[in-house]
Amino acid sequence: MSQPASLTWLTSHELRLGWRDWASLMTAGGRTRARTAAIALIAFAGFMHVFAYWTVASFANANLASDTATLVGITGSLVLSWSLLLSQGMESVTRAFYSRSDLDLVLTSPASARKVFAVRMARIAAAAIAIAVLLAAPFINVLAVLGGSRWLSAYGVVAAMGAVATAAALALTVALFRIIGAKRTRLIAQIVAAVIGAAFVILLQIAAIFSAGSLSRFAALQSNWMLSHAPDTTSAFWWPARAVLGDYAALAGVMAFGIAALGVTIWLFSRRFGEHALAAAGVSSAAVRQRRWSRGFRRRSASRALRHKEWTLLQRDPWLVSQTLMQILYLIPPALLLWITFHDRNDSFVVLIPVVVMAAGQLAGGLAWLSISGEDAPDLVATAPITSPRILWAKIEAVIGVIALVFAPIVAVLTLDTVFAGIVCGLGILTAAAAATAIQLCFRVQARRSQFRRRQTSSRLATFAEAFSSIAWAATTALAAAQTWAALGTAAIALGILAGVWLISPSRT
Amino acid sequence: MTQNRQVALGLRGVSKRFDRPAVDALDLTVHCGEFYALVGPNGAGKTTTLRMVVGLLRPDAGSICIDGIDALADPVGAKQITAWLSDEPMIYEKLTPYEYLEFVAGLWRIEPAVAEARARELIGWLGLEPHAHERCEGFSKGMRQKVALAGALVHDPKLIILDEPLTGLDAGTARQVKNVLRERVRAGGTVIMTTHILEVAERMADRIGVIAGGRLIAEGTLDDLRRQTGETATSLEDTFLMLVAEQAAAA
Repeated sequence: MSQPASLTWLTSHELRLGWRDWASLMTAGGRTRARTAAIALIAFAGFMHVFAYWTVASFANANLASDTATLVGITGSLVLSWSLLLSQGMESVTRAFYSRSDLDLVLTSPASARKVFAVRMARIAAAAIAIAVLLAAPFINVLAVLGGSRWLSAYGVVAAMGAVATAAALALTVALFRIIGAKRTRLIAQIVAAVIGAAFVILLQIAAIFSAGSLSRFAALQSNWMLSHAPDTTSAFWWPARAVLGDYAALAGVMAFGIAALGVTIWLFSRRFGEHALAAAGVSSAAVRQRRWSRGFRRRSASRALRHKEWTLLQRDPWLVSQTLMQILYLIPPALLLWITFHDRNDSFVVLIPVVVMAAGQLAGGLAWLSISGEDAPDLVATAPITSPRILWAKIEAVIGVIALVFAPIVAVLTLDTVFAGIVCGLGILTAAAAATAIQLCFRVQARRSQFRRRQTSSRLATFAEAFSSIAWAATTALAAAQTWAALGTAAIALGILAGVWLISPSRT
Repeated sequence: MTQNRQVALGLRGVSKRFDRPAVDALDLTVHCGEFYALVGPNGAGKTTTLRMVVGLLRPDAGSICIDGIDALADPVGAKQITAWLSDEPMIYEKLTPYEYLEFVAGLWRIEPAVAEARARELIGWLGLEPHAHERCEGFSKGMRQKVALAGALVHDPKLIILDEPLTGLDAGTARQVKNVLRERVRAGGTVIMTTHILEVAERMADRIGVIAGGRLIAEGTLDDLRRQTGETATSLEDTFLMLVAEQAAAA
């Protein structure tokens, strides 16, 4: 048994906390869900292996040479994955900085704070590496089974990428702390993390669209411009790609670099981690003043007071706004692709409308959760002299109001071009938003707004229903804009989804 | 003395069952202008009772009457004259106390000029002036509790129901809260409060109700309760413990 407060003792403590966090994320805190979660994970692993077989099986026995095209292709994929790991790492580091949890206990105990925080940073790295390895495993397994054990070296590359991503995330977050201070770092770091995660994929897709008219990122990576500007094949830049191809010397170099980068970062920052965490904890007690006193109370009906409250809370929480609007960011490439493909035709609006409607549905889902489930003072609202239906209507109006505000310019532009398209798009937006709101109503729970990120975990059914409903309404609107009767079919599917949600909704049973 | 006064809250045969009975055919009467303290061991049914009164839970059986209004038949009417304050102050982090009070006044449809005057008065009473325009996100528990209390009073309720309002408050804040509540009773309002701090019940309440196992096992002034135990020189704490022990033995 390890000595209390020793590195191994602290590591086992951190591992236990990490495991429980993960288990709670998977099971949403319900013990009965553990079995379901295990079955779902096994099914997911099976599905991922099938998917991996479908996508990479042809590469397993291919005679891949270390030419520039191959190296660029592999490196591009690795950078893409690494950007996602970096994004995840920044999220974890920011959360670790701003979570008070055991900070007081750690800093007032006689244990070495540096040691504790070093272990904590290592835990963040371990989690990042574990996620990376688990996600890459199906692809590596398929390649190794079909193409030989040389592909197993990819595991080492993935682990090194996780370590380097965590090191970079730590360095970036600490740099943000020093440059913009603890107060702004939380929001900025989370936005940067989300943008890093999305930007690389989106930029590659946009580049691919312009260069080859396709969504595939490989099209951009294999373009003449990219190949002519790539470093020489002997450059150390290609070591990760070479390591993936089974070059053990390159693998050793990549792994040594990963371990060294992480080790140096932990050594450098563990001493200051406590100070930064304390600064972050102090942020919550920093006062934010609002200007209002002179204007006086305004006459508002109860419904209007509720709507106004929802809008004020949303407007004052840029993190929630960024988290909600981020979903729309991913719709830019498909919208661009559709536009480029069809913009010469007269009916080009038909291809833009579904993207807009889909975005409206997704945005409304998030807003509806915040408004309906994420009520921070449920007792106050429930004990107010208003009927429950009126409270719900006011909240629904608040959601639809935001949707109308966000999408009104798009509808206006469309209407200027073609009145029919504008009307159909407007109706589609409202219907998709109303459907997403209805789904959130069926699955409403009592939660705090700060739990927004975990809303998908609490009801995966609601998340899937919301996505499928948005897709179905997007298809319906596109078909309606194209003036085909097939719209009735997809509308029936969308209504079927809603009916199914209503039948199985916890609020009904 | 209280028998001729108007009834502020009347509970008749109120029951609520979760996996076991939480409140069991409870009868309770609180008169207008009275400060009533509800005490009892953990899990006795105090909070469940009060949550049913304010409309946060629906009773399985029984009737609830607030100032002559049937709270189950006309919940909106009953809510219009009632305020609820829980032990965990639930306020909006991103609103200032001033905005929070404006929101509450809107929910209760109070005339803006009247509500604003009351809000300023409450903010002054509770010593919140320096923070009136700061977002609540940085507030301590005591300050949050003060904001929530101001919210409960801004619509001038006839009946104020508080669940452990003094838990976790420092002495100064606790005194401010107690003064505000006393002032409300002096002005003719009714206050019903649960508390584990028996000293508070002893000092502030006109009558004390002891609840255990979902039933009211004793009620009255401190002297009435002492008489029930047959001891006359004991504190409320001793009396309370004896009553609860008797009830447990009987059960």
